[in-house]
Amino acid sequence: MIFSFEIPLLILLLITAAGAIMVKDLISSVFILGSYSFLLAIVWAWLGAVDVAFVEAVVGAGLATVFFLMTLFGTHPKDTRIRRSPAPLVAYLGLPVLGLLLLYAAEDLPKFSDPQSPANVRVSTAYLTNSLIETHTPNVVTAVLMDYRAFDTLIETGVIFTAGIACALLLRRNQE
Amino acid sequence: MIHAHDSVIVRTMTRILIPLIQLFALYVLFFGQFGPGGGFAGGVMLGASLILGILVFGPDAPPCRLAKKVIHGDGIGLMIFVGVGGLCLIGGGEFLNYANLDIPGIDSDARRRSLGILLTQIGVAVDIAVTAISIVISLSLINGEESHD
Repeated sequence: MIFSFEIPLLILLLITAAGAIMVKDLISSVFILGSYSFLLAIVWAWLGAVDVAFVEAVVGAGLATVFFLMTLFGTHPKDTRIRRSPAPLVAYLGLPVLGLLLLYAAEDLPKFSDPQSPANVRVSTAYLTNSLIETHTPNVVTAVLMDYRAFDTLIETGVIFTAGIACALLLRRNQE
Repeated sequence: MIHAHDSVIVRTMTRILIPLIQLFALYVLFFGQFGPGGGFAGGVMLGASLILGILVFGPDAPPCRLAKKVIHGDGIGLMIFVGVGGLCLIGGGEFLNYANLDIPGIDSDARRRSLGILLTQIGVAVDIAVTAISIVISLSLINGEESHD
């Protein structure tokens, strides 16, 4: 029953990902990348990670598309300088072998939503049972991001601030 | 470079959409403790509403003038976040341990933590909104002619 929704979604993800890489026109590539982000957001929501889906939809499909488009309008929208040589024979032989190895390794991963998997037995049960009592925050994700792991979020905010400053330093050099 | 859009439909729709986007962004920001969302998504949407105004109304309209004032506040969001951590230090505890926020009128530790989460989320949202607008204004200054060579 799950497969009726899951498989077409994953196939669409693969198609859009490959399309974004292979299309020659960079503006089309940006739009395909935006639709890829949108599909990925649906996958996150389907897996139950609604907060991640929200951020993916807003940042990946919205803001990043605007940034890419503005960069392309400022530079050159055709992919003329990048000469793509055909892939070497080693890639055609080696990548399937690598894929098979990864699939073989994936056998040993814990099953999806297994209550006994290492991710579910240690710290996450503590978060789930205590976060509402300790922080009065029903959304566990927000409680973890902003309280239990506030240092990580602080550094992430610093990273975003640095990105803005770096863009200003590089692109607004000649102004004022 | 950015030019004003001439289509009446786009301009009218943008005029209607901007307040709606801002309202939804504030909802996402303040409701992040109870449902999906939070500082990251809310901040991006807050910035996106102004970016829409910049792109549609052009460099001489109110949104762009407001945005150019806003980008002088780069880092205020980070300051709010670190300031909340500092208040925790002043309250006699560890950095970013909101139970030590020394604010009169709030008695239980859990409510202090809830308030700390809200304040830091506002900090994150302000930081991300300002950064998004700042990057868009930086990108709009790329000179398209010189890179054609």
